[in-house]
Amino acid sequence: MTTGILLQITQTLLAILLAPLLMGWVNQCRAWLQGRAAPPITQPYRVLRKLFHKDAVIAHDASPLFRFAPYMIFACMALAAGIVPTLANDLPFSPAADVIALVGIFALARVFLALAAMDIGTSFGSLGARREMLVSFLAEPALLMVFFTASLISRSTELPVIVEALAHKEFVIYPSLAFAAVAFWMVSTAENARIPIDNPTTHLELTMIHEAMILEYSARHLALIEWAVALKLFTYSALGIALFVPWGIAPAGDLAALPLALLALVAKMAVGGAGLSLLEAVSAKVRLFRAPEFLGTAFLLAVLGMLTHFLLEV
Amino acid sequence: MPNQTSASTEAIRRRRLSAEALPEFAREVKDAGGQLIALWGSDDRHLDAGFAVHAAFLTGAGLVWVDAALAADDPVHPDLAAIFPQAGRMQRATFDLLGIRAAGAVDTRKWLRHNAWSENHYPLRKDFVWQVAGAEASPLATHHSPLPQVDGYPFIRVEGDGVHEIPVGPIHAGTIEPGHFRFSIIGDRILKLEERLGYTHQGVEKRFEGLDPDQGARLAGRVSGDSHSAFTWAYCMAVETATATPVPERALWLRALFLEIERVANHLGDLGYLGNDVALAFGFMQFWRLKEDWLRLCARLFGHRYLFDRIVPGGVAVDLDAAGGAELAVLAERMAGEVRELKAIYDEHAGLQDRFANTGIVRPELAARLGLTGLAGRASAQAWDARAQFPIRPYDQLDVNMATARRGDVLARAEVRFAEIFESLRLIRDILARLPDGPIRVKLAPTSGPAEGLGWVEGWRGEVLVALRLNADGRLDRAHPHDPSWRAWPLLEVGVLGNIVPDFPLINKSFNLSYSGQDL
Repeated sequence: MTTGILLQITQTLLAILLAPLLMGWVNQCRAWLQGRAAPPITQPYRVLRKLFHKDAVIAHDASPLFRFAPYMIFACMALAAGIVPTLANDLPFSPAADVIALVGIFALARVFLALAAMDIGTSFGSLGARREMLVSFLAEPALLMVFFTASLISRSTELPVIVEALAHKEFVIYPSLAFAAVAFWMVSTAENARIPIDNPTTHLELTMIHEAMILEYSARHLALIEWAVALKLFTYSALGIALFVPWGIAPAGDLAALPLALLALVAKMAVGGAGLSLLEAVSAKVRLFRAPEFLGTAFLLAVLGMLTHFLLEV
Repeated sequence: MPNQTSASTEAIRRRRLSAEALPEFAREVKDAGGQLIALWGSDDRHLDAGFAVHAAFLTGAGLVWVDAALAADDPVHPDLAAIFPQAGRMQRATFDLLGIRAAGAVDTRKWLRHNAWSENHYPLRKDFVWQVAGAEASPLATHHSPLPQVDGYPFIRVEGDGVHEIPVGPIHAGTIEPGHFRFSIIGDRILKLEERLGYTHQGVEKRFEGLDPDQGARLAGRVSGDSHSAFTWAYCMAVETATATPVPERALWLRALFLEIERVANHLGDLGYLGNDVALAFGFMQFWRLKEDWLRLCARLFGHRYLFDRIVPGGVAVDLDAAGGAELAVLAERMAGEVRELKAIYDEHAGLQDRFANTGIVRPELAARLGLTGLAGRASAQAWDARAQFPIRPYDQLDVNMATARRGDVLARAEVRFAEIFESLRLIRDILARLPDGPIRVKLAPTSGPAEGLGWVEGWRGEVLVALRLNADGRLDRAHPHDPSWRAWPLLEVGVLGNIVPDFPLINKSFNLSYSGQDL
């Protein structure tokens, strides 16, 4: 049990510490693909350090909610990172929440971010919050459908059971997971405010979704939010790995498999990050009102995945 | 107004009318398919006259510069905005600067005045006192209060269930010029957009007064930095017309070379920005790489990346040797190839085409009604290009092909830019091949009395106009530089209606209008 708790703490800390590295890697790949010199892979850490050293400027009209929200958002993401198996399976935290509760944790963070954005009363904040809600209420059902497809195979919504069923049992090809994987990728781009739904590097306030909500944040608050954004990307990547390419995650209680698990994790994240930046480099952002179509397609694919399961795999 | 007027080209004509006859004349121009290009005023009281209102009309036969004398005590002229809506803001600006009123105008709100000077003071009047020791007596009194007063500009409100306002600017997240945009929206749909400009008003027209022609050229080029060559050429053309100075042939060809270089540089930059605004940073990086190559060669050959102060009254300040010409021709050739490749990528990128097509449509009828000309006009089937229709030297020997489109959306404006890049690169190689020998600069001929001149050049954004009057001592008495953005800004307000808010930056960028060019 103590090993389990130690392992749990290690995994959560590792996620928190490595998350900016993934962000740095994605930025680096994207810069290369655009044909420009890349910032160092450690750039996100430097940004965080810079932000933590600054004095926070807070709007006069801000309520305590505005100050509180960054901590809440960061805590949600750290919790989510602890639940998703990245290194080892079936850790003490895992039973705390199944995939449905996980979606709830993401939603909680989002609600706080949206409330904080509207709290200041600037037009951009409410604009961003409104758009975020439009995107997320379409993304969440699709995400749930993806999880249901995976849980139909393992007969459980608990992530450790799903990983156990897919990675450590007899190897079976599940066509339903192919549909679910594409749907999951589409949802993740929307949820992580990436191209083609949102553009994390834009300076055009009127086009922003996620960035519009955090325009008023500065210093440590902004650092926490930026860190949480990196952590969210990391957690989603870990989720994708757990659901679709779980091989390498150490089975419960197998300490010897840990080094290999770490290696596998880094390799999969590197490939995933490069893939994300490639897709971002070749896509343009879709018109905001095309986002529902995009997410509708994701939902449809996830439903097809479920139907495929009943048709072919039962 | 005593003067000696001479037109440098036959395409520019001068008419003097009574103020009462202005609307009738404007109506005739409108019925014949012409447009009002510029409207400005002048204080002629030191010349034993009153005030005067000036207007430049674009007609099938060229440009007509009309002026009408107005009374010294109460300068009023009949409203022209009812005939040419684009005159509205110009009339409001003329009132702010000179106190010349347009009788019967519907919109009489201030335009350029942002509380920098108080009401009932008109900075462009010759008797305007602007350096006063006592703070109370100064019309710039508000500068002495710790905080500038609230501007109090009466925006038009849209009311109804669910309508709300988004104020954007004048300070923006990107490094762009200041302008305020007031959106009234339902959800993300734009119900009304109102612009408030004038934040970069620097008193350029006032600053011209008393400068000698060479200093004036430097100032004229800084009216809108991205159109530097166009403004300096137009200015120099006006000075040379006023002084009846013949410009050496080689200098004129070099000026055309500079103007086309400027057009290519701006179009490259804009096409990159258009890619960036739909999050296709690849296009942004590639076009800006090309632009950077282009600017660096300019710096090497002519001593300035943006060719600042290379066009001077009487000619040009820098010559081009054969080796430099060959280098430029080689780069122009390579540029054409690379832009063709990038155009293929833009053309075949489904996501980008989806964003560009049918966004920010300006129908040809609307463009004609609101007086849109220049690049954006050509993308909405308004076929005006002075280089092709009223060519000055050396364009009369170059056979410029005008690029036009009918759709009037962002895509059309991008396509016109592509076509103009290819055409300009062809022109550059043509100019380099046929560059005549000879001197590159002459001294300006002396003036004997007040002399007026008008310069008219097709810049990359559209026709750039500079009208000026020289005093008997050869110094500037009044100069009015006119940017095509004056007419495109009001159209943008109408062009975005029905679009969604997140598409506005893209639409705005596809016009890429000048703030400083219209704020002066």
